[in-house]
Amino acid sequence: MTESLTIVVVEEDRDRALAIVDALRDAGDYEVHVIGNVSGLARKIAAFLPDIVLIDIDNPTRDTLEELTLASGPLDRPVAMFVSGAAGSLARDAIEAGVSAYVVDGLQPERLKPVMDTAIARFQISRQMRTELAETRRALEERKVIDRAKGLLMKARGVDEEEAYALLRKAAMDQGRRVAEVAEALVTASGLLS
Amino acid sequence: MRTVTLPVAYVPLVDAAPLIVAQEMGFAESEGLMLDLIPAPSWSSVRDMLAFGRVDAAHLLSPVPIAMSLGLGGVTTSLSAVSVLSVNGNAIGVSKAIEARLRAAGHPFDFWDAQAAGAALAAVAPDGLTVGVPFPFSMHVELLHAWADATGLREVGFDIRTVPPPLMAQALADGEVDAFCVGEPWGSVAVDTGVGALLLPGKAIWECAPEKVLAVRKDWADTEPHLLRRLLRAVWKAGRWLGDDNSRTAAAELLSRPAYLDVSSELIDRSLSGHLTISGLGEQRHVPRFVEFHRGAATFPWRSQAKWIARQIAARTGLDPAESVQIAGGVFRSDLHRHGLAEVGADLPGASEKMEGNLRHPTAVASASGRVILERDVFFDGRVFDPDSD
Repeated sequence: MTESLTIVVVEEDRDRALAIVDALRDAGDYEVHVIGNVSGLARKIAAFLPDIVLIDIDNPTRDTLEELTLASGPLDRPVAMFVSGAAGSLARDAIEAGVSAYVVDGLQPERLKPVMDTAIARFQISRQMRTELAETRRALEERKVIDRAKGLLMKARGVDEEEAYALLRKAAMDQGRRVAEVAEALVTASGLLS
Repeated sequence: MRTVTLPVAYVPLVDAAPLIVAQEMGFAESEGLMLDLIPAPSWSSVRDMLAFGRVDAAHLLSPVPIAMSLGLGGVTTSLSAVSVLSVNGNAIGVSKAIEARLRAAGHPFDFWDAQAAGAALAAVAPDGLTVGVPFPFSMHVELLHAWADATGLREVGFDIRTVPPPLMAQALADGEVDAFCVGEPWGSVAVDTGVGALLLPGKAIWECAPEKVLAVRKDWADTEPHLLRRLLRAVWKAGRWLGDDNSRTAAAELLSRPAYLDVSSELIDRSLSGHLTISGLGEQRHVPRFVEFHRGAATFPWRSQAKWIARQIAARTGLDPAESVQIAGGVFRSDLHRHGLAEVGADLPGASEKMEGNLRHPTAVASASGRVILERDVFFDGRVFDPDSD
């Protein structure tokens, strides 16, 4: 049996990082480390001497990792993005899922595959959850603004809530804008007037 | 003409303007294209999206396709630079601490004299400097090396480190870097957040540095010549619009939208107008044509520019210079550029190579339809690069 792979996960969100670590540990005998704070990233990674580094594609510090792929990086051994070489077929799936990985050159593709499969699945789930959360948050914000705009209209025009909403919707349709945008403009403008 | 949707990746920067303008001002539409603009958080993800087919074209640092052709940096898919998107547009800045030392030593912050600025910086940082750049393969790195080689900076030691632009101001504040070279609006952001001052525009080092290119996969360029031609035309027309001073206000407003750069239009206007605020004291400096999208055949991908970049990279990485220069020459596709723009009235040079650094005055050269005026392209130290010297 070859010795277990050392994997470093670069992830600032603690819950997300733990979920990835758990998934990887269930998938095989891996030594998994998490780097949560990206300052001094190259130095921290070098301390673990990892075989694989996993990082979210949306993480801008990925460009810092690119330095490690140049042979003279602080890892002192050649590092390649996993998409080069024999494991190339995994590239597309990984990019779609939003995960990128850096591996030590020469690592057998069959040892990489289960790690990547697990990481891809996990990143996909958490990406969906993040998108949903962002959407929900936005909807809530918009609702708040629309409610405030309705309140302003009810007071200023002496109408009831339903009529206030109808006014907003009509203005939005006339101007080809979203109700939330019209509401926001109204709230901002009234803030200036008061 | 059926409208084709083309996915295009970019990094939110002022010099992504030609792509954003092509889509927003209808230049793409008039060529039957809908650009699906996909913002990327890092240059490695732009490169990957392009290399692995998630997008068909990208806003890319000019040295990236060249480094890839030389086998550097992991991904080696063949890319072609079919147009230069912008010339110049970077700024070098220093931390508050360095700024204070430079002022104490009497440096005037004239924001132009690269020789004097290099000497002054070397004198106040005798133990060396750590300089942040956006990516290991970038015009920023090449300009810094050219600058350091011809000033006292090389002797004091010069450590270049990759820091994503949105984190540059923080890295400067935390002392992770002493200085930076970065594209706008990030230099102005560092000034406005009070963490540093601007020392030089990139243009003060090389007056005609190809900063970003429009890159496509080489095989895509071969199999989709019609789409490529439509894309080239749309982007060239956008550059022409951007090159007109009357477009500046509208361009700044467009770029400032939340979907694009999401910073104030005033901040963007600084680089478009060349009127930069360089320090917390509010000092103003004017650099005419700080970033160029059109004038002087700015979009033309000179093979000699690619060769200059390759020569620099080869010298640092120990690659064979003659071979590297030859490979790189094939990455900048002056042929496709000229062919694609044949029918839109673009006045493009007849030659594909020139001596880099040799034009001390705007100079007329032969073009397909007569003459085209090239702008100055000198280096601050007067060096000249002959692409045929090997």
